[in-house]
Amino acid sequence: MDARPEVEIALIVNGVPVRRRVEARKSLVDFLREDLELTGSHVGCEQGVCGACTLRVDGALARGCLMLAAQCDGSRVETIEGVAEAGEIADLQRAFAEANALQCGFCTPAMLLTADALLRDDPDLDATSARRGLSGNYCRCTGYHAIVDAVLAAARARREASRG
Amino acid sequence: MKPAPFAYCRPATLDEALDALARLGPDARVLAGGQSLVPALNMRLAQPSALVDINRVPGLDGIRLAPEGLVIGALARQEAVLRSPLVARHAPLIAQAMPHVAHLALRTRGTLGGSLALGDPAAELPACAVALDAVIRVARRGGEREVPAARFFRGIYATALEPGEILTAAVVPLRDASWRFHFGELARRHGDYALVGLATAARLDGGAIAEARLVFAGVGLTPVRATRGEAALVGRRPDAAALAAAGRALDADLDPPSDVHASAALRRHLARVLLARALAALVGAA
Repeated sequence: MDARPEVEIALIVNGVPVRRRVEARKSLVDFLREDLELTGSHVGCEQGVCGACTLRVDGALARGCLMLAAQCDGSRVETIEGVAEAGEIADLQRAFAEANALQCGFCTPAMLLTADALLRDDPDLDATSARRGLSGNYCRCTGYHAIVDAVLAAARARREASRG
Repeated sequence: MKPAPFAYCRPATLDEALDALARLGPDARVLAGGQSLVPALNMRLAQPSALVDINRVPGLDGIRLAPEGLVIGALARQEAVLRSPLVARHAPLIAQAMPHVAHLALRTRGTLGGSLALGDPAAELPACAVALDAVIRVARRGGEREVPAARFFRGIYATALEPGEILTAAVVPLRDASWRFHFGELARRHGDYALVGLATAARLDGGAIAEARLVFAGVGLTPVRATRGEAALVGRRPDAAALAAAGRALDADLDPPSDVHASAALRRHLARVLLARALAALVGAA
């Protein structure tokens, strides 16, 4: 098996098959932003700390800055664009707007995807577990209270909806 | 902040991966979960000539019970380890430690083997491996070898792994019901590396401690076993007197660093706090 500085990759991005040639060193988030013009995944620290590039790879939350595009050959990648357009997180988006949970908006796409994963994992999550679960996502406007309020409001709404 | 150029390959089998490492030489690195390696690449702290991506090598991510113990495959994602009923039952120390490891979006990618192979002295899993007398399985071309965790960690980011080798699993020996475990950690924020962490394993006999392992993270170049503190606990009930004796002994066991995160004095204090919590947990479990 040869190691190469450039690789061909074929993957599914937001449901759409994509085939490209990429530099091996290119991160997944740079590939999405620069090659596919999907700029909803943001680039902050590029070391996994700020969380702004959080997206889904094969259904699991991941940092777009800590994966190489080359690694995603054969994978299914979902970004905020795809998840939002599918209506999957419309309730969270509404809750964020109503709670004023975004100011500059830089952290918002990743906050939404992370909050969605937390709610799927624990529909009954409380403020403490919401804060803990979101602690890997930085808000540079420091608007954490409103973000936690929004997540808890969406949790309540999802619980009520599931009770029908 | 972008990585220096490197070549990349994604072998389909362990043998292919070992061959690739041998051919590419010592400047090539194994890419597992990448949650520590990729930041190092991005910051150009690491500039390997090539990456051998083992993520699609089959058979390395299992968690299974075997006669020799609980075998956790190197590619088992940290989140899978956290949620594994087998780990909760047979390696409760690791189950307790996992929520302290980073955050969900990193644990979904980060691997058990990556944590061990990196050898970060502030990380949770190396301390657990030493406290549990785990055995590290390593594959090399044409064979396999096993290294006890106590001899695996050699220094900051330095392990017994030799060029061309791949860590394939950790084997946690099974303990009977007389053993108790506790993992505690103090960090500035949840998910950060520990200022101090403590992996405790103790065998109780009639309410007294018959055997103890105290392994600290974040206080030295490797996970640090506090052998004097352990000795001070043996034969005692986990009470205030035991805490006082073992706490004094820790002063001789630990020589923690001062750095931007915490002074040595603060780390010594936190080590005692964690010891107190561990003993309190032993009382609760006795």
